[in-house]
Amino acid sequence: MSDKMHIKLKVNGEDKEFLAEPRELLIYALREKLNITGPHVGCETSHCGACTVTIDGKSVKSCTMFVAQANGAEITTIEGIGTPDALHVLQENFREHHGLQCGFCTPGMITRATKLLEENPNPTEEEVRFGMAGNICRCTGYQNIVKSILSAASEINAAKEAAQ
Amino acid sequence: MIPAAFDYYRPKNMDEVIALLQEHGDDARVMAGGHSLIPMMKLRMAEVPHLIDLQSIEGLKTIEIENGQITLGAMVTQHDLIDHDGLAAAVPILREAALQIADPQVRYMGTIGGNVANGDPGNDMPGVMQCLDAQINLAGPDGPRTVAARDYYEAAYMTDRADDEVLVSVSLTAPTGGYAYEKQKRKIGDYATAAAAVQITKSDGKVATASIAMTNLSDVPVWSEEASAALIGTSCESAALDAAVAAMLGDIDPSEDNRGPVAFKRHVAGVILKRAVTRAWDRA
Amino acid sequence: MNDMTPDREERSANLKGLGCSRKRVEDARFTQGKGNYVDDIKLPDMLHGDFVRSPYAHARVVSVNKDAALALPGVVAVLTAEDLAPLNLHWMPTLAGDKQMVLADGKVLFQGQEVAFVVASDRYVAADAVELVEVEYEELEVITDPFEALKSDVVLREDLEGQTEGAHGPRKHHNHIFTWEQGDEAGTNQVLDNAEVVAEETMYYHRTHPCPLETCGSVASMDKVNGKLTLWGTFQAPHVVRTVASLLSGIEEHNIRVVSPDIGGGFGNKVGVYPGYVCSIVASIVTGKPVKWVEDRMENLMSTAFARDYHMTGKISATKEGKITGLHCHVTADHGGFDACADPTKFPAGFMNICTGSYDIPVAYLAVDGVYTNKAPGGVSYRCSFRVTEAVYFIERMIEVLAIELDMDAAELRRINFIKKEQFPYTAALGWEYDSGDYHTAWDKALETVDYEGLRAEQAERVAAFKRGETRKLMGVGLSFFTEIVGAGPVKNCDILGMGMFDSCEIRIHPTGSAIARLGTISQGQGHATTFAQILASEIGISADSITIEEGDTDTAPYGLGTYGSRSTPVAGAATAMAGRKIRAKAQMIAAYLLEVHDDDVEFDIDRFVVKGAPERFKTMKEIAYAAYNQAIPGIEPGLEAVSYYDPPNMTYPFGAYVCVMDIDVDTGVPEIRRFYALDDCGTRINPMIIEGQVHGGLTEALAVALGQEIAYDDMGNVKTGTLMDFFLPTAWEVPNYETDYTVTPSPHHPIGAKGVGESPHVGGVPCFSNAVQDAFRAFGLRHTNMPHDHWRIWQTANGLGLHD
Repeated sequence: MSDKMHIKLKVNGEDKEFLAEPRELLIYALREKLNITGPHVGCETSHCGACTVTIDGKSVKSCTMFVAQANGAEITTIEGIGTPDALHVLQENFREHHGLQCGFCTPGMITRATKLLEENPNPTEEEVRFGMAGNICRCTGYQNIVKSILSAASEINAAKEAAQ
Repeated sequence: MIPAAFDYYRPKNMDEVIALLQEHGDDARVMAGGHSLIPMMKLRMAEVPHLIDLQSIEGLKTIEIENGQITLGAMVTQHDLIDHDGLAAAVPILREAALQIADPQVRYMGTIGGNVANGDPGNDMPGVMQCLDAQINLAGPDGPRTVAARDYYEAAYMTDRADDEVLVSVSLTAPTGGYAYEKQKRKIGDYATAAAAVQITKSDGKVATASIAMTNLSDVPVWSEEASAALIGTSCESAALDAAVAAMLGDIDPSEDNRGPVAFKRHVAGVILKRAVTRAWDRA
Repeated sequence: MNDMTPDREERSANLKGLGCSRKRVEDARFTQGKGNYVDDIKLPDMLHGDFVRSPYAHARVVSVNKDAALALPGVVAVLTAEDLAPLNLHWMPTLAGDKQMVLADGKVLFQGQEVAFVVASDRYVAADAVELVEVEYEELEVITDPFEALKSDVVLREDLEGQTEGAHGPRKHHNHIFTWEQGDEAGTNQVLDNAEVVAEETMYYHRTHPCPLETCGSVASMDKVNGKLTLWGTFQAPHVVRTVASLLSGIEEHNIRVVSPDIGGGFGNKVGVYPGYVCSIVASIVTGKPVKWVEDRMENLMSTAFARDYHMTGKISATKEGKITGLHCHVTADHGGFDACADPTKFPAGFMNICTGSYDIPVAYLAVDGVYTNKAPGGVSYRCSFRVTEAVYFIERMIEVLAIELDMDAAELRRINFIKKEQFPYTAALGWEYDSGDYHTAWDKALETVDYEGLRAEQAERVAAFKRGETRKLMGVGLSFFTEIVGAGPVKNCDILGMGMFDSCEIRIHPTGSAIARLGTISQGQGHATTFAQILASEIGISADSITIEEGDTDTAPYGLGTYGSRSTPVAGAATAMAGRKIRAKAQMIAAYLLEVHDDDVEFDIDRFVVKGAPERFKTMKEIAYAAYNQAIPGIEPGLEAVSYYDPPNMTYPFGAYVCVMDIDVDTGVPEIRRFYALDDCGTRINPMIIEGQVHGGLTEALAVALGQEIAYDDMGNVKTGTLMDFFLPTAWEVPNYETDYTVTPSPHHPIGAKGVGESPHVGGVPCFSNAVQDAFRAFGLRHTNMPHDHWRIWQTANGLGLHD
């Protein structure tokens, strides 16, 4: 065991400080040290995306990042996207279009989708499929996930237009 | 999948990195995005008692384009390569190749340095760099040093880079003409069953210059001088393609794995090469 | 009272009952990251367990040295078989009547087998300690092929040496487990011997794995003060786990509480009882602290719950006109090191005897030989009822091979052999009584929708163009028509470890007219909290939004056999309807009392009881519920509750017609799915939105299995596909959009006519994808080639047919 490091993160807008071994994986630090259990561990080799969080503006698989690497970073997880009283449009659309079943991939899926729509606010179906290809779902066959994201995109765009 | 414990360093400059490498020798490794190294550490297939994170080193994240000369810092990510319109205009094969690497999240973390430095035969950028005749710029205790990408790879995970050297950037001259990166893989996130990087220039309706490299068909990327030569002076008609494939098949040495047996890989290598050449020729 | 006046329409819609696409109540927590999965459970002083696993597929364990591991700070215990033996827990019974080592007892039989269990303060220390346990192995000859196993002198299961009788009859060889015979062997052989046409084929349905995104895990907490054990885990059948845990540990069943929290997908992976569960319990008993065990992805793929691995040989006979006259099937089933197949006890090969499919086949015979090899145990039903995927793949391939033999169109061959609508209930040659079906209607609708004739014409043009050298892409039209057998099952023939496969529902109506219903099943994504409330809403007239569905806690839920084999709707759904009817019967008496009329003079109307002929006189269910608790009614007990334990009179038999259009690049072996049409008939449709979601998901898992997903071993028994780099789980990029469709043929014996749907698309999808690949090469002489159809195997097929020359 190596010495513990003093880790500082800003998670979902809140400053967090804790001690951790450098080798601790960010996903476990979030889940076990900070009780942020939305992101999940699926494959552990950066294929499935269940652990996806946003770090300093990037979609990242937190199973493949040491907590030491993340030290000083600003992180958004599913817990920071929408609130029970004001769900994010993506959260609403995943429910509306049955874009989830067991729910295990959903936090990573929605977190990645928020970033995808920032990168590309008006994606085609093909662009959604390509942009979500880092997230595996075993239940839905993706069809309704794609539908949820496309529908969320048009709602966001319609709201933007209305605001202008 | 839990890695063994290590000491973590996040130095601010390259001198510190090299000092750490000298101090700890084999026990130290540098890490860029970590997406090759961390899975190996989690599987305990890589033992790294001293881990040096390059994220805070100044200047490693820049993309420079000046007078047709391009320098890509080691920490430039695949996402950066895709996102940079100037780069896409100057060296379009980089965006085309980067889009075929892994998935969006991995491309946000995976770097050009990490992809090129270690000699993993599955990585795509080494072949692309050989195709582009890029130079690999290293820093070490004896100062900076440059190696041609075509001379850099020795065997799987064995390169010309010494243990106390660090890849700081790759540099290349912006190519002209047509390009293509063609890759067959089983799914998103997979390494290539076969992939080909091709750059072609055209003069008077014929191939003036050609450069061809292939990925994951040997323990090193395969830049084939003969295959390239086979195209010169042709208009990439069927006989020229066959000659290039024949030359390339003499240079590759694929091994059987879950992607298939050797005979299949050799066949697909030929098919992919022809498609890449045809596309590059159409764009030339 | 059947007019749908606007008022009645509105009242009916407010119920959100049967047939509406009600949005899921589960989604609020899942979309906000507030699901509660087993690895989310965190208890004070909780320890972490991790396994030392065998790197060898077959070896003697000479010694295990724990000293270095125990010396590591934070390590609390290292358990081996020797430690478990005094508790008699070093072996455990399997669901298939065999026994399995919990920790290696003298030898290991597959790579990844559990050898020692390390318990430590956190997952990091546990992982370090695993590295420090020194195990000395003596390698033994490895057998990964079941045919070789049956010839070999090497005894894999030394513990069974000399036992000539197994759980399912005589054993023919020391590596043989059972022979299971069904049907009329002599009669079948006679028909085959005298048939006008016989087609024969040998096929291998490769080993694969359900691989839900969440792996298996458990948290055991032994409260020594109160003598109570609580076990949270990824259990598709929590009550069965409680009973097994009680039998194994000696702790009385009332002192064990088993909880299945949210489950991140099951697909059969989470039916079995695994060494990790047992070790977490023992470790908690030994340490007095809660112990968590969660397997990693490699462990999941290597050790828990493979599926399939059936070597099948078939003979099918027919007249020259194509009328099928007989079917013969032999299976050599590779069960790995232990027979841990998750089947009803009397069915060692599950319902493989549904292999006569959707066809009226007069005589048939099936024999299955189970065999031990040096591979992982499991044999679970991966998104199918027990071995039904194997059976349907078998018959749907035999039909294609027969069509080739007869030089006949495969769609037409199916049509002339379908069981006719008027033949239902139909008793098949291997014994099952199909409840209902209308296959011709479904088939015609499917073929018409996809313009089958147009597809065949296009395909013929493509073949001609290929032969002229104008294209290198071939086109395949994949067909499949499947009949599932789900809803195990009648207690008279289906049990697991002696427990009849009924299921249950308990309902409590609250005084203010809302309700809670508890069931013995457990959702793993199927949306039970949504759909069971819909069933109940239609039965008891209370809005689904006012009904809580609770599952998975054995302290509160009535005993049930769990969720797998598409049995939740057929069995627990029926129990829900029946319990609802008990509520309604009592409500009728209360309503009659309140309305001062005779019981027979009121009738149920959507959400109320009305006086017959005087609909303006009524009592709503809400009023009735209040009265049940607040008014003394002569002759009627207070309260409004009911329980139903439902033993289904028969299985249900969903069916469907699928068509896949695929283009195949002959040079690279890359298939491209151009179109997929799926018509499902699952009887009464409870929630169309959820049905469609189930179909999409099942088809995608079928695509994966057919086109590349496999657990592959090398000759040394090493698993070659241990991570998601090599084990194929498709992403959104590899998956097409599906067209879904339906017909409705209700089950005549199910209270609401529902049949179950979750697994149909997988069962029907696998042969459809496979048939599409194989059909592309039919014009070039291909008869059969095995799955998975990954790029290199497709290429190899093309190569073997001379298409690269």
